[in-house]
Amino acid sequence: MAQALQRAMRDAMAEDPTVHVMGEDVGTLGGVFRVTDGLAKEFGEDRCTDTPLAEAGILGAAVGMAMYGLRPVVEMQFDAFAYPAFEQLLSHVAKMRNRTRGAMPMPIVIRVPYGGGIGGVEHHSDSSEAYYMATPGLHVVTPATVEDAYGLLRAAIASDDPVVFLEPKRLYWSKSDWSPAAVEPIGKAVVRRRGTGATLITYGPSVPVCLEAAEAAQAEGWDLEVVDLRSLVPFDDETVCASVRRTGRAVVVHESTGFGGPGAEIAARVTERCFHHLEAPVLRVAGFDIPYPPPMLERHHLPGVDRVLDAVARLQWEAGS
Amino acid sequence: MDSLQQRSSTVQEPPGAVPAHRPTPPPAWQPRTDPTPLLPDTEPLRVLGTDAVADADPALLLRLYAELIRGRRYNTQATALTKQGRLAVYPSTHGQEACEIAAALALEERDWLFPSYRDTLAAVARGLDPVQALTLLRGDWHTGYDPHEHRIAPLSTPLATQLPHAVGLAHAARLKGDDVVALAMVGDGGTSEGDFHEALNFAAVWQAPVVFLVQNNGFAISVPLAKQTAAPSLAHKAVGYGMPGRLVDGNDAIAVHQVLTEAVARARRGGGPTLVEAITYRIDAHTNADDATRYRAAGEVETWRAHDPILILERELTERGLLDEDGRRAAAEAAETMAAELRERMNAEPVLNPMDLFSHVYAEQTSQLREQAAQLRAELEAEGEA
Repeated sequence: MAQALQRAMRDAMAEDPTVHVMGEDVGTLGGVFRVTDGLAKEFGEDRCTDTPLAEAGILGAAVGMAMYGLRPVVEMQFDAFAYPAFEQLLSHVAKMRNRTRGAMPMPIVIRVPYGGGIGGVEHHSDSSEAYYMATPGLHVVTPATVEDAYGLLRAAIASDDPVVFLEPKRLYWSKSDWSPAAVEPIGKAVVRRRGTGATLITYGPSVPVCLEAAEAAQAEGWDLEVVDLRSLVPFDDETVCASVRRTGRAVVVHESTGFGGPGAEIAARVTERCFHHLEAPVLRVAGFDIPYPPPMLERHHLPGVDRVLDAVARLQWEAGS
Repeated sequence: MDSLQQRSSTVQEPPGAVPAHRPTPPPAWQPRTDPTPLLPDTEPLRVLGTDAVADADPALLLRLYAELIRGRRYNTQATALTKQGRLAVYPSTHGQEACEIAAALALEERDWLFPSYRDTLAAVARGLDPVQALTLLRGDWHTGYDPHEHRIAPLSTPLATQLPHAVGLAHAARLKGDDVVALAMVGDGGTSEGDFHEALNFAAVWQAPVVFLVQNNGFAISVPLAKQTAAPSLAHKAVGYGMPGRLVDGNDAIAVHQVLTEAVARARRGGGPTLVEAITYRIDAHTNADDATRYRAAGEVETWRAHDPILILERELTERGLLDEDGRRAAAEAAETMAAELRERMNAEPVLNPMDLFSHVYAEQTSQLREQAAQLRAELEAEGEA
């Protein structure tokens, strides 16, 4: 996946001279995850720039660059390192188009490696998507497959609006035989697995977990559908609700905390739109409502296959069948 | 201390004997830049009342005078509009007109201004429509103008957050080969914000063509400078970033113009950023909603009134025979015409379209916003029927 992301940036930079990659360590080192490897060499340090270590400064400078017609792609290195940039993100990046009645769009991509499962120490494993989702003016996107990593990042760079591009860092090393495909617009969910009994609504690092759970569920006689949202903002109500109406049951799965988390929004939307099709309440399987745990305990926090299957079991199958 | 010395004396080696395991010392430390030329002068630059004023262009002096008179009238008119409820709030620059106007006039047309919420006068001096400059404060929209048209970024309400934008824009312009300079304005309180630090650091590292102008008016709302910083001056902060710091009397319009013009020229020829601190004073309260008598003495205000930017310029021009009663009257009349027009236009109710609420959130509305827009449209239609 890391190579697909890198290929997306390289292709975008080759096609469009206004695309600039910037951040701490993105140049000579190629990023701590090597996602920007080779870009500085190929396009020069003016196009792929090692900046001072200051996230607000990085994103703030990107705002000014976007004002002058560039398309900055900013790396935040780790999820929790993005927090110093929140004021720039919330007060300026997200609002500039609106403040100026469309005169100053902000075609900025903010790449945030996010989530846990790689044994990172504190401040290296947060899932911050709920903060971004709650901010009007931002698109929030997260790929789960190698193909989507390429396609969605190309779409994000091409977007005239700011995109928070969440990279599930534990999928960086996932592999696939793939070739750069047509770029799909941001905002479309996809059904990763067809099923009839219940819908698992998920995204990013939890997609492989849900696919594995769906395979395991077959042994129990449960035929699960898996919807990969890909885009949290805009939210694809259509694909999600069509699936839930087919299956009549839904579980939202993500590793971000549950209280006030993305699942709360998704469950509410599904309930509002599909209430009469539901055989059971929409359930959530989320990380616990705790600060991200130390690496030796993270497996207890992250929603795994068993926890997903437990939730599916609570969908009162007897009552509905 | 004694015991430490004793202990160290026990391991002392005979002179000249260097044990094989001793690591090679690192290269001798050298300062990266000689800090001396970066340091501000001990006194703020003053031109008015000194012999140096003879070198100033009389046409520029008269232009500054006319603009200051207009700026003062703008301040009093906008303050009056708050009392009539026509403006939600107005942060006056009464007393600071010289910093605002002389700085803006140091820019070329192709340059960019990055103002804070208090810098409406700088924007107007740059040619922005006085009513458009007040849109944010009237409350009909956040920014009343197309920033690209006048090369004025939106007035920034969060403190110092516009400074990194100025750096990024100036950097981008230089990458494109354009000799554009960005002037970024901030108050004394804003220099405590992290974005101030990050912007100056980025600008210096990138050698971006930016000029930072701190208008030190003594107070961040109520907090005096002594509680804001322990630095010798705000201009001294420049040294830590590796850029020159300059101190100027912010009420001396010609001194401000001179320092800013030099800093802009330096940036334009690739010399990098400059931090300018203009020492001035806010005669009015922070905004019309503030009671300045709670945190400052009347005597202090009166001292500064004697050093009023218009007063000291007018005295100079009169003494030099450049300004007479007719000249003063002409400037006052021009300002009055501007104020009358501003009053009239601000008294007209702005025409608002509630559907605009959804028009500029994204390039294309999301399905969620389309639904909400439909809801509002239905509500508006129902209101129309009622």
